[in-house]
Amino acid sequence: MHIHFLDPYQVGISPIHRTDARVKLVLALAFIFTTALVPVGAWPILILLLVIVVSMEVLSGVGVGYILKRALLALPIILAAFPLIFTIPGMSLFSFSLGAWEISASIAGVERFISIAMKSWISIQMAILLTTTTPFPDILVAMRAVRVPRLLVAIFGLMWRYLFVFADEAVRLLRARAARSGVSDIAGLRTGGRLVWRAQTAGGLAGNLFMRSLERSERIYVAMLARGYDGEIRTLPQAEMETYNWIVLGFGGGIMGLVLILSLLMGA
Amino acid sequence: MLLSVEALHIPDGFLSLPVSLIAWVISITLVGYALRRVGQDLGERQVPMMGVLAAAIFAGQMLNFAVAGGTSGHLIGAALATILMGPWAAILIMTSVVSIQALIFQDGGLLVLGANIFNMAIVGVAVSYMVYQTILKITGNTRKGVLIGGFSAAWLSLEIAALSVALQLVLSGTSPARLAIPAMASVHALIGIGEGLITVGALTFLLSTRPDLVRLGKTNPAGSRIVWVIGFLLAAAIAIAAPLASTRPDGLEWVAMQGGFIDQAKAPLYQIIPDYLFPGVANEAAATIAAGLLGLVIVFGVGVGVAYSRRNRQASGR
Repeated sequence: MHIHFLDPYQVGISPIHRTDARVKLVLALAFIFTTALVPVGAWPILILLLVIVVSMEVLSGVGVGYILKRALLALPIILAAFPLIFTIPGMSLFSFSLGAWEISASIAGVERFISIAMKSWISIQMAILLTTTTPFPDILVAMRAVRVPRLLVAIFGLMWRYLFVFADEAVRLLRARAARSGVSDIAGLRTGGRLVWRAQTAGGLAGNLFMRSLERSERIYVAMLARGYDGEIRTLPQAEMETYNWIVLGFGGGIMGLVLILSLLMGA
Repeated sequence: MLLSVEALHIPDGFLSLPVSLIAWVISITLVGYALRRVGQDLGERQVPMMGVLAAAIFAGQMLNFAVAGGTSGHLIGAALATILMGPWAAILIMTSVVSIQALIFQDGGLLVLGANIFNMAIVGVAVSYMVYQTILKITGNTRKGVLIGGFSAAWLSLEIAALSVALQLVLSGTSPARLAIPAMASVHALIGIGEGLITVGALTFLLSTRPDLVRLGKTNPAGSRIVWVIGFLLAAAIAIAAPLASTRPDGLEWVAMQGGFIDQAKAPLYQIIPDYLFPGVANEAAATIAAGLLGLVIVFGVGVGVAYSRRNRQASGR
């Protein structure tokens, strides 16, 4: 089994796919930054940002449903902000008693909670859109363009190259463990050992994976040497950007600027 | 669930801008230094070794074991990487893991990536290193010492990282201190046991197959003392701040909520527009109308943009 399905990139020919990765990375970051600056309870701006990201999704042809589903999967952590509804003082929305406590939800708390949830939902959609429409090697080039250290980008690139190899390796280790482990249907017959033992076995797999990866990294290093690697990371010079990309960058940047101004106005 | 392991990956929207930016500054500084240090130690091996091991730790997080009721524990790996590769390399490995998780799989946000790197790659590694080295010093470099040190490093580093996440959420006004801090602390105290056991399992395996690897964590002692000190300071600061913040919610939280922190940081930004009104527009109603018009312009712009590129696509044969 290959884990290629892990790669979220989806091939397409939409205008979003065609846009230079550098433009997309910068605009996606600007969008998430803008979203972070939206004041609590500024619903029109949040809806506007949602409209923008959903329009981009429609335009990308990836499938709005697909992106929304992935965005929901990543959001159970929103519950971390849930208690805010009850702890922020303010005009009471409703209250109930739980045992000895009188718990009341405040309007300010609900506003803050929904704002956080929406911001995080909008931001994650933009991040998903970026990775589904941009092949990772292009994102690496874009990271170079925004001055992420060359060495770090090279490490990311190599990691990406071997991610799927080791995911396969991990799956094989898990399959081998499953093959070694007996499971019984007989009621009362305990299988699977104690918890501590199970954890240690998983640890053995981790140690095994680590050892294999270290040995593999040696072989990779030797293979790189054989191909003339001398420790210097050489990259192709950044390609010229076509007019189309400059237009997209200017247009997107302009919209983000306007939304920022709008945020400032609403912030009052 | 609320407190799955993924609770350590903060998504975008959960941290206030000042908290995210401060975390970025700290993370960039330390990761930059780690890049230089590892470059000195490993030379041209740096890229293949760090890349491959980061991929391995990433894949290693798939290795799980059943706990109870359908839940499972799995490896996070900061302590293991620290013990086997030394602190500076481990910082690079964990930074790569956390960055790729955010960039490709949206496990954690992009704007808050600096904070996630801080929690998992810097707090996780520095605290692991401090604990492991201290215990090795006490017990001597014995098998028992390695295993006890491994377990303690894994447990404490996860606990401190979780508290660091909780403190950031509280500082950002996203979670109330008296709930978030005890919840994160208690849940990760349990998850940490799983992490500790897996780390011990991995070390046991390596001690019997490749004992040389377990000694590998000893890098240049002079430089590593810095990591020990950083780990100690981080652990002490977070361990003291967290209970204080949760027993006196009027402390940190007050700072975050009562406007001090958040609004002060935003104030200079809002000053761009005097009196929060549109420049040159005198009264509030007019400003609101101006804002409305601005909104219209934006919506119109987006609409035109979408329509225009649709037309382009049709023109090019689709």
